Amino acid sequence: MTGLTADSLALLIAATLNAGTVVALAALGLLINERAGVLNLGAEGMMLVAAIAGYATGVQTGSDTLGFMAGALAGAAMAAMFGVLVIWLNTNQYASGLALSLFGAGLSAFAGIQYTQQRLPERAHFDIPFLADLPFVGPALFRHHPFVYLAVALTIGLSWFLMKSRPGLVLRAVGESPESAHALGYPVRRIRLLAVMAGGALCGLAGAYISLVYTPLWVEGMVAGKGWIALALTTFATWRPARVLLGAYLFGGVTMLQFQLQGQGVQIASQWLTMLPYLSTIVVLVLISRNPTWIRINMPASLGKPFHPGA
Amino acid sequence: MFKLEPRATPSTTLMLASPLLALAITVCIGVLLFLALGKDPLAGLQMFFVEPLRSGYALSELSLKATPLILIGLGLAVCFKANIWNIGAEGQFVMGAVFAGGVAMHATATSANWFWVLVLLAGVLGGMLWAAIVALLRDRFNANEILVSLMLVYVAEMVLSYLVYGPWKDPAGYNFPQTITFLDAARVPKLFSGLRMNVGVGMALLAVLVLTVFMARTYAGFQLQVGGLAPAAARYAGFSSRRALWTALLLSGAMAGLAGGLDAAGPQGQLTPYIPMGYGFGAIIVAFVGRLHPVGIVFSAVLMSMFYIGGELAQSRLGLPKALTGVFQGLLLFALLACDTFIHQRLRWVAAK
Repeated sequence: MTGLTADSLALLIAATLNAGTVVALAALGLLINERAGVLNLGAEGMMLVAAIAGYATGVQTGSDTLGFMAGALAGAAMAAMFGVLVIWLNTNQYASGLALSLFGAGLSAFAGIQYTQQRLPERAHFDIPFLADLPFVGPALFRHHPFVYLAVALTIGLSWFLMKSRPGLVLRAVGESPESAHALGYPVRRIRLLAVMAGGALCGLAGAYISLVYTPLWVEGMVAGKGWIALALTTFATWRPARVLLGAYLFGGVTMLQFQLQGQGVQIASQWLTMLPYLSTIVVLVLISRNPTWIRINMPASLGKPFHPGA
Repeated sequence: MFKLEPRATPSTTLMLASPLLALAITVCIGVLLFLALGKDPLAGLQMFFVEPLRSGYALSELSLKATPLILIGLGLAVCFKANIWNIGAEGQFVMGAVFAGGVAMHATATSANWFWVLVLLAGVLGGMLWAAIVALLRDRFNANEILVSLMLVYVAEMVLSYLVYGPWKDPAGYNFPQTITFLDAARVPKLFSGLRMNVGVGMALLAVLVLTVFMARTYAGFQLQVGGLAPAAARYAGFSSRRALWTALLLSGAMAGLAGGLDAAGPQGQLTPYIPMGYGFGAIIVAFVGRLHPVGIVFSAVLMSMFYIGGELAQSRLGLPKALTGVFQGLLLFALLACDTFIHQRLRWVAAK
């Protein structure tokens, strides 16, 4: 890349963090429910519904905060519907998750029709005083939406929660061996539902971030596979929060690379560049899955399996 | 409180009733939705359940939507029975259309009138190739087939977009992103003059027959199903899970590719960026609602086509968004999954402790 100046590199880093944050939030949410043993293929649908819920609320109230809350609530509500089906009615987790994705795609398009032409109020700027004015590091790291920092904090918090706290241990026990957790007297199904709803709320925040901040407008199907990429990330990260964040930034980098290449006037049709994030997700999946034992050791043992408590 | 307990034997009545019950629930929610939108629910129901059946023309249009859904649904049912989660039929459909279109564009005025057979074969090949990538990556590298097949949907859509905006763009097409209109020799023959219904319907029904026999009467079909139901037992019996993976994916890819070819060389008659219509995703619901059974799939495909046509009518006549179709499809699958619970379990009232 020839014409890459320090300024454009700083902007590239900033854009990478921004794009990575979307998938990081969703993937961290999915990680919580997968650690509890529930596989939710409905991320794409939850994010779409949250994207329109957040956007509609943002347009109506003029408040981003309310928009994010609506997004998180919508995500959690969708997840709750899925959770009740798979946890209490023991429906197939794959099929139910797919149903959630298909339903979410339809519902969001249906609800969003009247918002396609509407505009959000003026966007606020989030520059951290002093730090944002530093050369290079300022524009690269310190002029972000608070969610970019939230994703980092969440990663650290979640690592601590899962590995060092008692409730985190219970959550992992529920995902590794629900029978043992049940025998110890923990309400396995209630814990799983809470985990699924927490995951849904985070996917909801990610969805609302897309429509309120990332590309501040509403277009049908605008999540464009980021939910599925978030799902791939949890496997890529072998269910560790820090690796999820790293993977998300890698993905963000690839996504931004396509715009960068286009900006450089590289003579490639835009479609080949748009393919890059999807292709690189496949490549990474292949690289990471080559060793099946490694995946099996790290995967929550009861992932995707229903749990029937005895008498 | 209520408690679910397993039934000794699955309830046969409920096995057959649960799709109907699910449909009833979906209709009820639909009626509520129409009321909430301030539209006449009766007019809405008529759009979805009466209009698509009212005339020869309507039935012909219904057949155009049901054909790809039956074909793709059959292939997916084989995959799902073998516990292989091919979610990317939409991409295999698009690649089928691309390959078929690539051949169809080469038809000339002197081409034989069976040229369309080559076009469809190319479609089958395209779908199979796209599914083969999934099978290869799963087989060699253990890569999750759900995610790989899905990512390939986006890739296939971009390939199509590249072709119709780029090298395959019709030079006389006023700069619209579309290929030339295919010549008659490359088009799938129609069954009746004046109607768009074509020989694809016959192929879909033939496929139903062939797959019923394959799944119920052949050793390979039996091996596939055992592999899905009890992988350990299949291993013990020496059934190859690798062969099951390749068979199921190539078969479903071929079916989706054929559907794509039929759509491109049938009602569309050219390639445009609007070839991906969601049939690949709709067919997932078709397969489940049809109980993963070939005959059931015919019924559920017809029902799902009614949803598609009803959605289009609701858009043009009632001013409702077309996305209503997706809402109903998703609701139907949810309702079905919930109803299915009661096939193997019963709900009992147990006094709280």
